[in-house]
Amino acid sequence: MSIKKYAVAIRDVIAEEMRSDSSIFVMGEDIGPQGGIFGCTRGLLDEFGENRIIDTPISEAGFTGVGIGAALTGMRPIIEFMYMDFTYEAMDQILNQAAKLRYMYGGKATLPLVIRGQQGIGRGNAGTHSQSVEAFFTHIPGLKVVQPSGARDAAGLLRTAIRDNNPIMFFEHKALYANSEEVPDDTDFSIPFGVADVKREGGDVTIIATSLMVGRALEAADILAKDSIQAEVVDPRTILPLDMDTINASVRKTGRAVVVHEAHKTNGVGAEIASRIMEDSFKYLDAPVTRLGAKACTLPFNLVLENAVVPGVDDIVAAVQNISYR
Amino acid sequence: MDKKTILKVYETMLTIRKFEECALKLFEENKLRGSVHLSIGQEAVPAATGTFLRDEDYITSTHRGHGHAIAKGARVDLAMAELMGKTTGYCGGRGGSMHIAEVEKGNLGANAIVGAGIPHATGAALSARIRGTDQVAVTYFGDGASNEGIFHETLNMASLWNLPVVFICENNQFGLSTPQSKACSVKDIAVRAGAYDMPGEVVDGNDVFAVEKAFLKAVKRAKEGKGPTLLEMKTYRWKGHWTGDPEVYRTREEVEAWKKKCPILRLEKHMVDKGVMSTAEIANKHKEVDGVIRKAEEFALTSPEPDPATVLDNVYFGEVN
Repeated sequence: MSIKKYAVAIRDVIAEEMRSDSSIFVMGEDIGPQGGIFGCTRGLLDEFGENRIIDTPISEAGFTGVGIGAALTGMRPIIEFMYMDFTYEAMDQILNQAAKLRYMYGGKATLPLVIRGQQGIGRGNAGTHSQSVEAFFTHIPGLKVVQPSGARDAAGLLRTAIRDNNPIMFFEHKALYANSEEVPDDTDFSIPFGVADVKREGGDVTIIATSLMVGRALEAADILAKDSIQAEVVDPRTILPLDMDTINASVRKTGRAVVVHEAHKTNGVGAEIASRIMEDSFKYLDAPVTRLGAKACTLPFNLVLENAVVPGVDDIVAAVQNISYR
Repeated sequence: MDKKTILKVYETMLTIRKFEECALKLFEENKLRGSVHLSIGQEAVPAATGTFLRDEDYITSTHRGHGHAIAKGARVDLAMAELMGKTTGYCGGRGGSMHIAEVEKGNLGANAIVGAGIPHATGAALSARIRGTDQVAVTYFGDGASNEGIFHETLNMASLWNLPVVFICENNQFGLSTPQSKACSVKDIAVRAGAYDMPGEVVDGNDVFAVEKAFLKAVKRAKEGKGPTLLEMKTYRWKGHWTGDPEVYRTREEVEAWKKKCPILRLEKHMVDKGVMSTAEIANKHKEVDGVIRKAEEFALTSPEPDPATVLDNVYFGEVN
């Protein structure tokens, strides 16, 4: 085990995988000498050279398409988006091409491709650089969507993503990059997709949280415990595939569920999770499933306003209390 | 071109023409659905380029891509079955006319989104460069695609990185109903190469010898590591944008004038003049290709529909998790 920051865990897995598989290369904006603006490719240019660490022009649609072409022809590209908000520039290539080509070509095309980068609040980057955009990519079949909430999960899930033969959307979080955690040193350490992690056990209510909200849910659980409400915190880790078995098992035990994500509440992933809980576990529920997500508002620049838009610890505590009928 | 090559190019053009005439007939008989985009009149470009590629070289193609697939070696029976959505088709009926692909033979696929295949070929060229092979990638696209942002983004990267890719713009004069003059700021799309510091050349796209000459020069340049080339093949689409296009945007006279420049008739005249083929041999070749297409049609018509139980196959490689 080594204590690593989330960003370092990402960097190390990329390097380890590149050492053992020469078909992996990385492309993106400012990933070479700069090492990525969040440091996730720091030092890789020195080790792997310009042929495999490729600085691109600011051409998101173009380099995503180039990555697809490379993936179709035997390579395993990792494409870094400086901000995942910028995937909007490349939506045709991601949603119409990467997601669909295998199906449309009758299964004869294989696209081992990882599109990764950070998103979310925390730096006052305003409305076009602070969003959580993962839901878009869960709507079109063909992609897998990953949201690690800590360094250990980031390392294990990224290794699985790089070794997967499908296009993967890998959503890191800018406010988590500096968080440290113990990460196994094993260069085969991986976490399978579709396996949720119970971050805290509890018998009274289930909080299903993703990415930055996992930490807030755990803080909320500590506060609730003082009120004798034991919350179980479930982190799906991958929202596509989604581990409904673990979520249903927890909800059937607690009878109550709050789903919380940083992305907009309206038509967010929380709506899908809440709906599936009701389809699968309705008779076990003692209260309606509650969703928490960003207000229907562009992420504001001002940090006070930014915090007012996304769910905070207090909001989670209040939501749980509201369905606990105490 | 030696005699054998000329015959190969000729046979390819004839196969594309008759394949598409058959597709049009099937569409009119309601045996084929969706939209079918015909390249009748444009056959010289795929025939005099694809013929010179090896299996390991790559192409990407367009919504009007039957010719590119056939010239790269696609089987007409499997292609026709795909046009009919049959289970025996190249994509098992999942893609249709606009998505014929045969990745293992270098056809990385036709693409129904205008311009979307341009970066895929460029990525294949990057892949070849990283792997250290001498493969070349060719991307076909229309005049309309040269107004897409992704065309410009990709040409910039291909030139910046000196990639072994040949950009072939088939300028058939129209983006659906809009003439190039109303959509493009330049008269010759080839001049756009200059913005990306690569050679650009205007070519008579109905002359197989001109197409071959320009193409082989571009391939040689790509293989020598000198980077990409943009070739603008001036040609003309005889049929509507799709089967059912009312074609209110051009006169019959204009279409008839271009039919006189038919690339197939032009090569036939050349072959007779030079003694490569006699008129009797040409007539026999027509009959031979007619027979091949008839068999392909029969194969497609008698092939089974896909099984609805398989509809979720290949959404993902392997299980979703």
